Amino acid sequence: MKICIAGGLLINPKTNTEIITDLWIEDGKIVAIGENPEGEAEQTIDAAGKWIVPGLIDLHVHFREPGFEHKEDIKSGCLAAAKGGFTTVCCMPNTSPVIDNECVVEYIKAMAQKANGVNVLPVGAITKGQQGESLANIGKMYEHGICGVSEDGKTVMDAGLMKKAMQYVKPFNIPIFSHTEDHTLAGGSMNAGENAQLFGIRGIGREAEEIIVSRDIILAKYTGAKLHLSHMSTKGSIELIRAAKAQGIDVTAETAPHYFTLDDSILGDYDTNKKMNPPLRTKEDVEAMKMALKEGIIDVIATDHAPHHYDEKNVEFDKAPFGIVGLETSFAVSYTQLVQTGILTPMELIDKMSTKPAEILGIDKGSIEIGKTADITIIDPEAAYRVDPNTFVSKGKNTPFTGMEVSGEIIYTLVNGNIVYKK
Amino acid sequence: MLQKKDLLGIRDLEVSEILSIIELAKDMKPIVLGRKAKLSTLKDKSIVTLFYENSTRTRLAFTMAGMYLGANVVDLGIATSSVQKGETLADTGITLDRMGIEYMIIRHSMSGASHLLAKNVNASVMNAGDGANEHPTQALLDLYTIYEKKGGYKDLKVTIVGDIAHSRVARSNIFGLTKLGAHVTLAGPGTLTAKSMEALGCEVTTDIKASVKNADVVMGLRIQMERQKGGLFPNLREYSQLYGLNEETFSYASEHAILMHPAPVNRGVELMPELIDSQVSVIDEQVTNGVAVRMAILTLLSEGRQSS
Repeated sequence: MKICIAGGLLINPKTNTEIITDLWIEDGKIVAIGENPEGEAEQTIDAAGKWIVPGLIDLHVHFREPGFEHKEDIKSGCLAAAKGGFTTVCCMPNTSPVIDNECVVEYIKAMAQKANGVNVLPVGAITKGQQGESLANIGKMYEHGICGVSEDGKTVMDAGLMKKAMQYVKPFNIPIFSHTEDHTLAGGSMNAGENAQLFGIRGIGREAEEIIVSRDIILAKYTGAKLHLSHMSTKGSIELIRAAKAQGIDVTAETAPHYFTLDDSILGDYDTNKKMNPPLRTKEDVEAMKMALKEGIIDVIATDHAPHHYDEKNVEFDKAPFGIVGLETSFAVSYTQLVQTGILTPMELIDKMSTKPAEILGIDKGSIEIGKTADITIIDPEAAYRVDPNTFVSKGKNTPFTGMEVSGEIIYTLVNGNIVYKK
Repeated sequence: MLQKKDLLGIRDLEVSEILSIIELAKDMKPIVLGRKAKLSTLKDKSIVTLFYENSTRTRLAFTMAGMYLGANVVDLGIATSSVQKGETLADTGITLDRMGIEYMIIRHSMSGASHLLAKNVNASVMNAGDGANEHPTQALLDLYTIYEKKGGYKDLKVTIVGDIAHSRVARSNIFGLTKLGAHVTLAGPGTLTAKSMEALGCEVTTDIKASVKNADVVMGLRIQMERQKGGLFPNLREYSQLYGLNEETFSYASEHAILMHPAPVNRGVELMPELIDSQVSVIDEQVTNGVAVRMAILTLLSEGRQSS
């Protein structure tokens, strides 16, 4: 099968390319850029006025399988990923059973085989059962294909154990993702501060995040592990990361679209679809997050896609689970908030949503070059619409972006040269 | 008439709405005192009380208010209801709604619970306390009591002492008093107050005597025993000696200052008995006013229901 994506704006951060051209794909590989190879295309995709970018990569999703298939399963999660332009996703281990051994890793891979073709990379737990007591089978899981380790949803509160995890993981050269939340300081439902006072909701202070950010930066400094900080939400965390990078510590960081778009002033209606962990912070944090993306202090935009059943969310605010979906809004919200406002260039945005995530994982993706696997996303940046959760293919409709006017729509998603989504 | 179907908090009430409730409560008070005939405003209407947390005053004050207006009042009895089988708040509300119940009064340990119920039912929901968020009817009865004793609110100095951080009573009073032009000072130990409360338009201090100085109204708050277990202060002895209100601290208040408390009082902890039982205390009158205010609220909500 030979496909020609014709006349689109190819944006490829890896090679610093931004050019209107044709892209040729054959047998799952990129075979030509620009010049017409021999033989006719069996399928031509008109990409005039559209962007052709390396398939988006999400370092942080929760696909809930095994264990919580009523929220999402790998199949529905992959459909949502494809619709959001994502060709590779890293699924977090807080499933039931937890991804803490090679059998569960193989199960995830098997379920992904039956889905639409989106690359699903399992993330292994750091500790057995995410209990924070002893290391999970990290080496065996690595043999079976985990892309990194994380305790996501929890923090390894024992600093000694976290240090051992970093030392143990380092030789495998995969990132250790850190969920930064000191459990002894957490315990609320929204950001602590003036708005929490106004709405009478128990607060989660920013110190809960920043203490673990600083702890793990210090541990990374002495162990040399590849530390990746998940879902950064505060201005203070940004300052800590800035200082760590200045010292040459091997640390990268992600944030999610809601942290540079929404702030805690919108929680007065007790809408549980605005409840996530870490919580929405203040306007000041939102502005700091945008600047940190621009400066490259924050390397990656991930979604922390966390689907929940609507019944689970239609309860008291304190009782509702943390988490919002993100795969189907991530590009549009990011494009609208960051590119249309002039904070990032289109290439910088794609860098944070594809090229950098691939680099952190150490995988041969995130770049459009001849000979590479054809994981490609085609985007109509001009398409404007309102976010409507009823259009989501994810089982989770729990979004805080309902009704928001956005621009940027995914037109095609190709994985390994196969069209896995078409608008 | 109130603008909304429900009464969920003082935060979203207009000043005119607060004043109309207090105005009407004045007319209701003689009925509570047995000096005027009971009414039939809510004849054939049904009211249910849903108390997920314990209560004597609030639940009974609502119950009597409903009865004095001629309504049928029932209590769900959470402890023996399907809530114990795991039925959600939303489903419980929908079930009651379908029985033709027009007024629901809810107390719950979680902030925003009354908002959740209101979203799911056609009935008018009254918040009888949600977590650490609001207790609007308590604040309204406090405001009415202050009005009776002080004749107004403008430039009145009101000091609230105790466990401010977890107090829905404090929060609702702060919203109401600041809207009406009073100056509010909050005082309590560092773990039970927070600087960020200044965002609510009041002063915050840990110095009890200074906070009481020249106050026209001093409001004590009940200290919940579980706060000590949570490590927020060392023990009750230390709390009462450092932060309890006694005759000496009260002497710093202005000459005709009144002492209020939402009750129940931990005698000898946040308030010393000699103060509770003295002339300055209006705690018992607050109870009577609580019924009158709730009669006023039910009446005004019913007017809203009729016109919509």
